[in-house]
Amino acid sequence: MRLPCPYCGERDSREFTYRGDAGPTRPEADEAMADYVYLRDNPLGWHKEYWLHTVCRTWLVVERNTVTHAVGTVVPARNQRAAS
Amino acid sequence: MRYSLASLLLNAVSGQSRWSPAWRSPEPAGHYDVVIVGGGGHGLATAHYLAKHHNVGRIAVIEKGYVGSGNVGRNTTIIRSNYLLPGNTAFYELSLKLWEGLEQDINFNAMVSQRGVLNLCHTDAQRDAYVRRGNAMRLNGVDAELLDADQVRAFVPFFNFDNARFPVKGGLLQKRGGTVRHDAVAWGYARAADRRGVDIIQHCEVTGLRIDKGVVTGVETTKGFIGAGKVALAGAGHSSRLAAMAGMRLPIESHVLQAFVSEALKPMIDTVVTFGAGHFYVSQSDKGGLVFGGDIDGYNSYAQRGNLPVVEDVMESAMALWPALGRVRLLRSWGGVMDMSMDGSPIIDKMPVENLYLNAGWCYGGFKATPGSGFCFAHLIANDQPHPVADRLLLDRFTRGALIDEKGVGAQPNLH
Repeated sequence: MRLPCPYCGERDSREFTYRGDAGPTRPEADEAMADYVYLRDNPLGWHKEYWLHTVCRTWLVVERNTVTHAVGTVVPARNQRAAS
Repeated sequence: MRYSLASLLLNAVSGQSRWSPAWRSPEPAGHYDVVIVGGGGHGLATAHYLAKHHNVGRIAVIEKGYVGSGNVGRNTTIIRSNYLLPGNTAFYELSLKLWEGLEQDINFNAMVSQRGVLNLCHTDAQRDAYVRRGNAMRLNGVDAELLDADQVRAFVPFFNFDNARFPVKGGLLQKRGGTVRHDAVAWGYARAADRRGVDIIQHCEVTGLRIDKGVVTGVETTKGFIGAGKVALAGAGHSSRLAAMAGMRLPIESHVLQAFVSEALKPMIDTVVTFGAGHFYVSQSDKGGLVFGGDIDGYNSYAQRGNLPVVEDVMESAMALWPALGRVRLLRSWGGVMDMSMDGSPIIDKMPVENLYLNAGWCYGGFKATPGSGFCFAHLIANDQPHPVADRLLLDRFTRGALIDEKGVGAQPNLH
């Protein structure tokens, strides 16, 4: 599997560290905290997830298919946060 | 037909013509008292123990593929009960005890082989951790022996003990651990459940749950609607999808774990060994293939195949521990989908929907748990109360903060 870093181009997946589902956002309310920390959609198919490109230290949001391992859009995580 | 010396002799003199199929292939009835979703090891074991120990009426197991097509036929066949934490130790020990009596119970040769499981340690800190684990096991009535470097050398003399980076300092041995023929477990439980009247419906995928006012009333399948008094989910790596049919999310991510087998060799290793410095474990099957595995790939995946970095990592670990493997050829590798839970421990519990039960989160340790899982899940389904040894494996432990995190790495499924 190879992932395209927006800054470094397409690189071997060994250069990246997986950091899980990019969907959950930290809630204000304490009651919602367990959901945020523990519960996941875990979809079969397309999944938005965090990867850290360990080489250039950029956090990425990668859209990847959990069945085929195909990679869709890749954007720096800071851009996604600014957009939402 | 019950398997015995008499049945063997009868068939020997009658041209092997009197064998009957090991289990029936019935069409689904319109309604069952209990429907178990998932005909893998855990689902079939659940059906067997339900039918044997509990009076719950008609039982069906619904399997989207065929019996033995999932993780029960894709694992590295190891059984053990060397767990540290309350909540796990007693449960896995019950499971190991059930393995010890399994073949008489289900009248099937599952080739249970208690050849020992040895965890190697390579640092003083790791030895301290094994001392602690071994003591916890013995306090719970589980067998454990701490071996020093010389004892390890006598037990398995062929490793590289003097690796400059990872010298072997000793090991924790559980002699009652070992291996079991994995397919035979699926076939044996299927046959035993079938003999007690359980309908095993293969090639039938559950596409939805019918829920009426918070009570589950049956399952929608590719063979039509099947009504059910109780529905028990044992979908392993696909548990999140089953829970989604009930509108629920689980503390689970699905990850791919790879396993490997070498070409058939003459007997090289008569036990199970885990390398403590990298993720690598190895045993030898009765056909002669070395069976080994490593870590999960580390990203969400429903593909039953992994990527090359883990293959390389496992082979490097193998060579570091056992240089003699350098000229052995790899026969094949494959992947299985693991339901990795958020604390690395399983879930056997009721769900918020009435009459719906969940058995999930086995991570990459589901095979050894098969009998215990089935036994405790059957108890829960029949009595609506958790079995005493599984009374901490509950869904709400995540909101209560009562996690059972053997590795202590927190809510990161890819690190368990």
